[in-house]
Amino acid sequence: MPTFVYMTSCDGCGHCVDICPSDIMHIDTTYRRAYNIEPNMCWECYSCVKACPQNAIDCRGYADFAPLGHSVRVLREPEKATISWKIKFRDGREKDFVSPIRTTPWGSIRSPADYEAPTADAMNSQKLAHEPEALKIDALPALTRDQFKQGLV
Amino acid sequence: MFSNNPFAELSALIPPTVMQTYVVVMALLVAGGTLFDIMHKKSARYFFKNWQNSKSSAKQQVGGGEMVSIAVRTAVVDVMTSGEFCNMRRRIAHLLTMYGFVIYVVTTVIMVFAYPTSATPAPVNLPALWYIGALMVCLGGYWFWFFIRVDVAAEGNSPFRFVRADLFIVSLVLSVTFGLVWAYVQTTGNITWANVFLALYLLATTVLFGSIPWSKFSHMFFKPAAAMQKRVAEANGTRSNLPAPASAPKIYGSALRQPRHY
Repeated sequence: MPTFVYMTSCDGCGHCVDICPSDIMHIDTTYRRAYNIEPNMCWECYSCVKACPQNAIDCRGYADFAPLGHSVRVLREPEKATISWKIKFRDGREKDFVSPIRTTPWGSIRSPADYEAPTADAMNSQKLAHEPEALKIDALPALTRDQFKQGLV
Repeated sequence: MFSNNPFAELSALIPPTVMQTYVVVMALLVAGGTLFDIMHKKSARYFFKNWQNSKSSAKQQVGGGEMVSIAVRTAVVDVMTSGEFCNMRRRIAHLLTMYGFVIYVVTTVIMVFAYPTSATPAPVNLPALWYIGALMVCLGGYWFWFFIRVDVAAEGNSPFRFVRADLFIVSLVLSVTFGLVWAYVQTTGNITWANVFLALYLLATTVLFGSIPWSKFSHMFFKPAAAMQKRVAEANGTRSNLPAPASAPKIYGSALRQPRHY
């Protein structure tokens, strides 16, 4: 179900251009509005649909399995950490879903660049970067030798 | 310089009736170009079809009082304060350009029709307002053109790439810039250069008002209509098929910030 843009709603902010993993959302040269330059290559990831602050992007279902009259619309509300879906069937039935996006405020998770750079010795460690403090535990759980199966060591 | 009515000085070269006729022709070009644009792109037909669809699938009727309230909110939030824009820099640039253009056009019309010659001196504030309006257009326009334009900011294209979408903003800033330069050169008494910049000013202004069927000029007419339709769709419950807002508190903040990747 490749995406398309309602030109009257788009304000040409470029969020969809920035977020599209296929790099197929671009700005047209006639009206300076976003458009999907190659619907065949659309992954249908809905990233642009969810990112659009104007709700100007929609999905066009393929006619063989999504006949005319249906609608799948999504509303992302980062302030509430929710994402809501409205599925409208051709016979008029509607279904609404609300899912949580996350449980912590935006910006509260430190990015890798916020941590100190690891030393060269870290290359020989079995721990991943910033473990165990990034996991908010004192030490990673590990078996002691006496807990191994007999005959393993 | 800021208290000089440039059109009164010009009346020594061009009769006021010619200037007034030019302004009327430009106004007719705006009206004709917008009507042509509406018919050619069938935007009015699309708008009324959407309006009918929204009305027929309405979950609740919108009364006359509520419609007036929606119209007022559209005028105040979406039109007068450019509330549509999610990017604050773009919103400020748009407001500067919009109000600058309105001040610039209104003062031009007043000076050309009410104070066209040196014999009818304009109030001191009127030419000053003309200059302030023009400078506001330049500030907002060039800021937008070089730094905010999405094909520069998000697409990474050169700010000097010119496409059809740029016709409106380029002709607008060039018209105003040449107008300012012409007004300044005219005060210095250099007739040759004043005439050169006058010709450029007239050329850019004619392109601005005459290119409406091909430019984005008419967005100032259809954007308020689209904003009004969006608000009516929310009020009558159709919400353009979008889900209703989730019943959860706004405690997580927003991740919607303008990316600055380039």
